[in-house]
Amino acid sequence: MKYMIMQDVFYIVVLMGLSIPLGNYIYKVMSGEKVFLSPLLVPVEKKIYKLMGTDGQEEMSAKKYAYSVVLFSVAGFVFLFLLLMLQGFLPLNPQKMRGTSWHLAFNTAASFISNTNWQAYSGESTLSYLTQFLGLTVQNFVSAATGIAVLFALIRGFTAKQKTTLGNFWADLTRIVIYVLIPLSMVVVLLLVSQGVVQTFSQYKEIASFGSGEAQVIPLGPAASQIAIKQLGTNGGGFFGMNSAFPLENPTILSNFIQVLSILLIPASLCVSFGKAVKDGKQGRTVYAAMLIFFAAALIAATASEQLTGPMLNGAISSGSMEGKEVIHGVGGSTLWAVATTAASNGSVNAMHDSLTPMAGLVTMFLMQLGEIVFGGVGSGLYGMLAFVLLTVFIAGLMVGRTPEYLGKKVEPFDMKMVCLLVLTPPLLTLLGTAVAVSMPFAASWLTNSGAHGFSEILYAFSSMANNNGSAFAGFNANTVFTNVTGGIIMLLVRFIPIGAAIFLAGNMAKKKTIAVSEGTLSTSNPTFIGLLIGVILIVGALSFLPALALGPIADFVTSR
Amino acid sequence: MEKKRINKSVFADAVKQSFIKLSPRIQVKNPVMLVVYLGAILTTAFYVLSFLGIKDERAGYTLAIALILWFTVLFANFAESIAEGRGRAQAASLRSARKDVKAKKLKTVSNMMDYTEVLSSSLKKGDIVYVKVNEQVPMDGEVIEGAASVDESAITGESAPVIRESGGDRSAVTGGTTLVSDWLVIKVTAEAGESFLDKMISMVEGASRKKTPNEIALQILLITLTIIFLVVTASLLPFTDFASKQAGSGAAISLTNVIALLVCLAPTTIGALLSSIGIAGMSRLNQANVLAMSGRAIEAAGDVDVLLLDKTGTITLGNRQASEFLPVSGVTEQELADAAQLSSLADETAEGRSIVVLAKERFGLRGRELSKLDAVFVEFTAKTRMSGIDFQGNEIRKGAADTVKEYALKKGGKYPKECDEIVKRVAQSGGTPLVVVKNSQVLGVIHLKDIVKNGVKERFEDLRKMGIKTIMITGDNPMTAAAIAAEAGVDDFLAEATPEAKLALIREYQAKGHLVAMTGDGTNDAPALAQADVAVAMNTGTQAAKEAGNMVDLDSSPTKLIDIVRIGKQLLMTRGSLTTFSVANDVAKYFAIIPVLFFGIYPQLSTLNFMRLTSASSAMLSAIIYNAVIIIALIPLALKGVKYRELPAGKLLKRNLLVYGLGGITAPFLAIKLIDMLLTASGLV
Repeated sequence: MKYMIMQDVFYIVVLMGLSIPLGNYIYKVMSGEKVFLSPLLVPVEKKIYKLMGTDGQEEMSAKKYAYSVVLFSVAGFVFLFLLLMLQGFLPLNPQKMRGTSWHLAFNTAASFISNTNWQAYSGESTLSYLTQFLGLTVQNFVSAATGIAVLFALIRGFTAKQKTTLGNFWADLTRIVIYVLIPLSMVVVLLLVSQGVVQTFSQYKEIASFGSGEAQVIPLGPAASQIAIKQLGTNGGGFFGMNSAFPLENPTILSNFIQVLSILLIPASLCVSFGKAVKDGKQGRTVYAAMLIFFAAALIAATASEQLTGPMLNGAISSGSMEGKEVIHGVGGSTLWAVATTAASNGSVNAMHDSLTPMAGLVTMFLMQLGEIVFGGVGSGLYGMLAFVLLTVFIAGLMVGRTPEYLGKKVEPFDMKMVCLLVLTPPLLTLLGTAVAVSMPFAASWLTNSGAHGFSEILYAFSSMANNNGSAFAGFNANTVFTNVTGGIIMLLVRFIPIGAAIFLAGNMAKKKTIAVSEGTLSTSNPTFIGLLIGVILIVGALSFLPALALGPIADFVTSR
Repeated sequence: MEKKRINKSVFADAVKQSFIKLSPRIQVKNPVMLVVYLGAILTTAFYVLSFLGIKDERAGYTLAIALILWFTVLFANFAESIAEGRGRAQAASLRSARKDVKAKKLKTVSNMMDYTEVLSSSLKKGDIVYVKVNEQVPMDGEVIEGAASVDESAITGESAPVIRESGGDRSAVTGGTTLVSDWLVIKVTAEAGESFLDKMISMVEGASRKKTPNEIALQILLITLTIIFLVVTASLLPFTDFASKQAGSGAAISLTNVIALLVCLAPTTIGALLSSIGIAGMSRLNQANVLAMSGRAIEAAGDVDVLLLDKTGTITLGNRQASEFLPVSGVTEQELADAAQLSSLADETAEGRSIVVLAKERFGLRGRELSKLDAVFVEFTAKTRMSGIDFQGNEIRKGAADTVKEYALKKGGKYPKECDEIVKRVAQSGGTPLVVVKNSQVLGVIHLKDIVKNGVKERFEDLRKMGIKTIMITGDNPMTAAAIAAEAGVDDFLAEATPEAKLALIREYQAKGHLVAMTGDGTNDAPALAQADVAVAMNTGTQAAKEAGNMVDLDSSPTKLIDIVRIGKQLLMTRGSLTTFSVANDVAKYFAIIPVLFFGIYPQLSTLNFMRLTSASSAMLSAIIYNAVIIIALIPLALKGVKYRELPAGKLLKRNLLVYGLGGITAPFLAIKLIDMLLTASGLV
């Protein structure tokens, strides 16, 4: 127990410590300032612009920015879809994998361009190396970069004074990838390889199994490079089907710590960048604090549940529920990962979430259902959180007798429409998806469990897809035409409706003039506001999901007692 | 402020109106209440179907739910009707002033005898009419000839007549007012249907009440919440169906319960009261005798953080008073007082009279008959900028320092340096120096003092706490202005204010991101009024000023601006507080209903029923009864507005959060438990 607490505290301290310099660095990169990598990368950047046929200077309106995001994502989708269907005819395929079914290709392409990385397949038995690194790894970089770009478009909307433009999407995208994601991944790859994560293009190895001597195939591949970005970019799609529970993907305690740290590193840093960008560090600290409080509360609740409500043997509670966990990670390491991966919209796992105790399962599910805003996806988490901030500002602002304003910008009907789209889309799609799934006559046959836990499995799956998380409760047969198609559509909608709303919100905010701050202005950076923000998020989340959770994990909990 | 009691007839009318408002055409306008309305229709249909053997729930239970939902809708209608009631009464009395009268339409301005009688409603813009004593002004207009006292009580409620004359700032007349003396020739500036009175009637009636941006934004939020809850409750049908099959016990929840749950969770409290809050805000403003040209203006008043206040009348008493005689060396105080008194004897201005009074108080100088002294009074003109008296070959003049200096030097006299110093001293202390000169000899200075009103300093202090900056506007020189500004405790001042300077000041503050409010009456105020975010025109002011402003103060009181800001803030606060209350209520309702709702599927969930409600039916009934009753209970608050305090934003927020947030969570727990106990005790469930 003591070890777990120390590990969790150490984790949070390291995370906060690293997020400050990285956040400052990202801010500098995004505002076009010189950084230590500039001498090396400016020529590369210029070359890329030339290749794309843009100068990276053109200022884009909200419409143009949104159009560019969509254009880029559609292109990525088509490319990935074709790659998956045709991988059998393409090189770098030592295992002779065949092309996937159309619905799996659709689902996977949707999943990777939407930064969800829901995996309805097992990587080692389905995908060629080419697909893995040219398709998935590339999307891991650019879908993450798209989220960060949209976040900065929104931030520029807040800081601009009566402007009509939000920056250049292609420049944003390029800079994030080459200045932030690639250098950071390189560091993490090296650290992971040093811990024994595989990185090779050679064929799978056949070895004699330890003990029995039976032949056993060891899947290999260029894993480390994909794993680094899967964690850093809150992607979560594992190279292997077992994700980070697989020893070749996550062999040691240190590799585990590096990976779980990478999950929250960029989302946390972006809070710092946000404060820098709006020239008011307190605003950044406010959202950071709200996220940390949610995270810490979730971590405590999940850890307590795993440690204290484990299975009973002869009337005595065993010390922690170890079902579905790797011994090397234990209750502490597995729970920390489970909470981090669902707090961020990462979705990689190092333990079986289906085996979590009911209350820990509830915590992970609820973190996703909040809309992936407790750190959340890179970029998307913070713009989702900012939507909640605006919602809070709207209610609180009225209570002090003024038209609500945030960062000096008035919140008006159009802004509220966009905010509501951002807030409304994920819970609506989660509930609708689950409702449609359980209405299918064959729903029960997908599940490995019955009763309340069976319902939890479906609810978890749709919470994951409809919040771009991508983790699976497992125990739920995912690769069917129905789940692939509905899931794919849901992942696309829940990614691109909020993106559009955030960009148009930014466009509208940019046009406004900035209002002066006075004693009568509602402070959006004091403890009262943090408390209120947490309250609003919790109430919206609870009101949307309490009935469903009552039929799932809560019923599971009370019936298993 | 006169407080009208909601009398019986308004109440009865509101009850009648709440049924009339059941028409679908009206219900469609309020999406949140539309959900309740449709729910009521559906559950009623279920009840009827139960006679045909199609049963969703027990017939009695369905009927009970249906009835409560109908009451919820009626209560919401009632809240709106009662808010409108006061306005309707006011509109009725205004209408009586708008009756058609015969107007004397002139062919030419010059000939008052050559007219044709036409109906006032047929008058067009630009027509010239002639109005005599005891006749009603037929239409809004500008006086182009004549002067008369006009009884404007039909509009302002103020019985004392006011002067209206051609030229200057008192040339606007309003249709429906009556001449009590003399005659006027008026150029019509509005046509029937768009006159001031027409605007006023439609404003107080709420007929032309458009939703304000803020109200629309809030409505979007409420609709969003309703959509979420619609999906939450509708998805419970497949969820419970699936869960009951999985658990092997219980059944899917009934449609009646889905509807009831939806109504419980939808933000019906604020949805029902939203329009009443807006109407009541408008009506509070009307009671303060201010007429807003749009609801938007009231909300803008809440956002204002810079107030431009005219010094005279707002900060200081209207008139300056003589407080001291300050002679130059070689002149006694009495000599100076004597000359000053002489020069002021015929001066009818308040300043002049106060000099006479001071001279009498200090030296017992009595008033003298000017005719006996063979004296001629020289009146103040804009050209000479001095007033005084010529008698027995002597010339006494008093006026501003620079004018008098010029006068004395021209006469060949000297202007002592000492006098300059006295003038400076007086000005620095906030007074107005008047220099007195006899022939070519400067005698000394009269100290005219501005008297700062009682309590304004505290008032400005309160405003500052709320983050509102006060700026004094005055024609005084900068030194005088600074002294008064310091005494009154305003944040800033604009001295030697011209209309252009005012306009520039407003633009400057707006550029820095402030929202500016001001009061004005003259035509030269019009550009500044048009530029300000909240512009209150005095009713006594010109037509141009009234058109440039977005509010008209019927009392023409310069302090009204502060009341307007208060009303604006209170309106927004009421909206926010009730929204918070409404959403906070949902938390308690969930805790009451969810555990018992799934009781049939998972009996173990009853461990969470810590409120110990009797059954699913009693919990549901208690929750929706609470939901309906709370609307009625909150009507007085919606009409009166939440308590307004002059506090900084942070403290206000904490306070309102505690009352409406925490109160919103706890109140329903107690109320629902109580209703459940009553229902159980009466054996109804």
